[in-house]
Amino acid sequence: MSLELRGITKRFGALTANDSIDLKVESGEIHAILGENGAGKSTLMNIVYGLLAPDEGTISVDNKVLDIQSPLDALAAGIGMVHQHFMLIPVFTVAENIVLGHEQVKGPGFLDLESARREILRVSAEFNFDVDPDALVEDLPVGIQQRVEIIRALIYDAKVLILDEPTAVLTPQETDELLRNMKKLRDQGTAIVFITHKLREVREAADKITIIRRGKVVGTASPSASQAELATLMVGRPVSLDVDKSAPKLGKVALDVRNLTVRDYTGRALVKGITFSIQDGEILAVAGVQGNGQSELAEAIVGLQEHIEGEITLDGKNLAGASVRTALHSGIAFIPESREEDGLISSFSIEENLILDLHDLLPFSKGAAISQSAVAENGVTRVAEFDIRALSPKDPASSLSGGNKQKVVLARELSRPVRLVVASQPTRGLDVGSIEFVHERIIAERDSGRAVLLFSTELDEVVGLADRIAVMYRGEFIAIVPADTSREELGLLMAGVKK
Amino acid sequence: MRKVLQKIKLPILALVVALFVSGLLIAFSDPKVLALKGDPLAMLGKALSIAGSAYWALFRGSIYDPQLADTGFFGGLYPLSETIVVSTPLILTGLSVALAFKAGLFNIGAQGQFIVGAIGASYVGFTFELPIVLHALAAIAAAIICAGLYGGFVGLLKARTGAHEVIVTIMLNYVASYFLLWLLSTKAFLREGRMDPIAPEVLESSRLPRLAGQDYRLHAGIFIALLAATAIWWLLNRSTLGFKFRAVGANAKASRTAGISVAKSTTFVMVIAGALAGLGGAVHILGADHALTNEVGGSFGFDAITVALLGRGTPLGTVLAALLFGALRAGGLTMQASTETPLDIVLIIQALVVLFIAAPAVIKAIFRLKSVDEGQAMASKGWNG
Repeated sequence: MSLELRGITKRFGALTANDSIDLKVESGEIHAILGENGAGKSTLMNIVYGLLAPDEGTISVDNKVLDIQSPLDALAAGIGMVHQHFMLIPVFTVAENIVLGHEQVKGPGFLDLESARREILRVSAEFNFDVDPDALVEDLPVGIQQRVEIIRALIYDAKVLILDEPTAVLTPQETDELLRNMKKLRDQGTAIVFITHKLREVREAADKITIIRRGKVVGTASPSASQAELATLMVGRPVSLDVDKSAPKLGKVALDVRNLTVRDYTGRALVKGITFSIQDGEILAVAGVQGNGQSELAEAIVGLQEHIEGEITLDGKNLAGASVRTALHSGIAFIPESREEDGLISSFSIEENLILDLHDLLPFSKGAAISQSAVAENGVTRVAEFDIRALSPKDPASSLSGGNKQKVVLARELSRPVRLVVASQPTRGLDVGSIEFVHERIIAERDSGRAVLLFSTELDEVVGLADRIAVMYRGEFIAIVPADTSREELGLLMAGVKK
Repeated sequence: MRKVLQKIKLPILALVVALFVSGLLIAFSDPKVLALKGDPLAMLGKALSIAGSAYWALFRGSIYDPQLADTGFFGGLYPLSETIVVSTPLILTGLSVALAFKAGLFNIGAQGQFIVGAIGASYVGFTFELPIVLHALAAIAAAIICAGLYGGFVGLLKARTGAHEVIVTIMLNYVASYFLLWLLSTKAFLREGRMDPIAPEVLESSRLPRLAGQDYRLHAGIFIALLAATAIWWLLNRSTLGFKFRAVGANAKASRTAGISVAKSTTFVMVIAGALAGLGGAVHILGADHALTNEVGGSFGFDAITVALLGRGTPLGTVLAALLFGALRAGGLTMQASTETPLDIVLIIQALVVLFIAAPAVIKAIFRLKSVDEGQAMASKGWNG
């Protein structure tokens, strides 16, 4: 079976998300679609899966043009999709999730879960998926939840399986496992469309590579191409994948954290008795799979967590239990992990966002009033200094692209007197160019003698930036290791395996 | 200018559609029109004339009445004076709701805060004997303090315990109305020689001066209301406190992350919102009614929600919307008296205006507009604002 797209075009207002895209995927191959965030990969696959209607173009399976109006049509045509954000109901069991939308009944309206359960066990055994049909989805690790999604597609006889950024949420070991399973499926004749922006995985698993940039197919490549070649095609210009940095010049201890425990409102410990310190001019990177207490640790340091025990000192000044305001004015620059939710106010102008935590200080406030001229002046200066691409500093922050939004956050946080930079997932969802910019800024802060605490789930980022690496697992620092620790070892630590 | 037009397009079109639909309702609920159903042309003519005369009466009752102009042009402006008298407290309660909304809170409690303010102003007005000006200021201050505390209590409760302000303010509206009813039966408030719930008139020294002689009820309260609107504009757009309010209203999580205290903002904004509504009560007592009754609140606090919505949460918009609603209220009485159209039709117009603003898609479809700006968000944002 083969899937063929011809001239697919999709416009959202003035933006052309897909510009006459042609693509052919054959059975028994893994076809990687490589492109940056916002290149139009997900749009294209949502069109194939019937979630969006194309403005132009046709989709055909085995040379027969299909009219796909909804995911049900796509499934009927043998196209299955595993979304980046899983479409599972957490409080349902695996079997219940899988029958959702295809419920079979027996007798007078009784749900027939038995046959679904049998099917799950069969597919699960066939691929060594090891999925329990009666487990609640919310109790399963992310990697297993993803297998549930894959099983769902296979049970409905998907011949073409679309995986949208499937490795974004996985540990390195889970990623390897997934890539192995993809190859197994391919060998049994399934066509796999693998959407990603991670070069390493493409080179490891793909049989063919199609590169999309700004909604257009800009070329194809074979898996033997080097990472640098692929990156150049993807971004459209040569990029440096390695972070240039010199040896750290360490100073005195800046941040000192002792026996820090953070609890949620029910009293459950999310961070468990962590002790560490960071020196001036040093980057401590915290690696770990998402949801192991990194967010809570970062928030506790800037005063956003309420139930904390232990000590946090910055330059000898106690910050445990201090307000966010005190923490920020003591010299912490905080780059929150969600810029849309925590970093910016989308409806506010760029210049207003640039003074969000400075609005009641000189020179922005004079008595009870805000100095409009100081705000405007600051806006112009910062926009230029951080190369924020906007028509005017008076435009709303919502008009900016992800990378430029992050620049606004950086510009604001680094414009105060800073002693410590706490950066949570600072490059999540950014394009390659913006990632370079953010990395350079972080290195620049470190080189000017500031301490940096970086949280990242991207192993490349951790390895590239860190002077020391702490691996966080289930609320604890399972190990603090040197920056040259091997990826394999880091991967094992991230999975909680201690040598 | 184009930007302004863009902003007021939706409310104005909504008003036009509301007037049109209500016109249909006026015409085709009239038995004289329905009697002509055999003759469509005559029926249409009759319908036009019935609706026309109803709206003409509405105009005569709210802005200018030539029949009253026998003493000269200004005599005909008596209805306009009435419109402004009704609008004045509405401006203040409307500002109360609009300000809270900008800070992310739904203040359904303007009614209760208005009543509490009226009680405070009335008590100071009839109890103490103070020099002129000072007396009025004292009465106003009492209203602001009482209602500010009443509103601030809601903010404090939300900040400390997370109690939803919608529930709390609705309940406090009941508390205020029944407290007023009880108060009017006590010795301190009951007017001598009266059995019905009415308090003594406030002393002359505390009353707001009438602006156009004793024949017109138009009083200085309108200046207070306009001053308050200007002050709220400054607060929201030019002050550090207002910046915090707007930041918390637009994105409480980001505000918290930037070190702004959401609890403080919530409490302060409710104090100010309460004070504004209470000021409305004071102005109404000291300027128009003079005596506190159990009916003092009317629907000033509830119409305030609609006014703030129609005014898109901005001070200028709120003033304009309050004037419109004042006109509808004042004109509705004349309409009812001089034609057979009941006052209820005015309530229908008000309701339809809001309905069309809350459902901008309808207006967009009718007038084939390309886009309606984000102001609609206020109406469709809902309870979790």
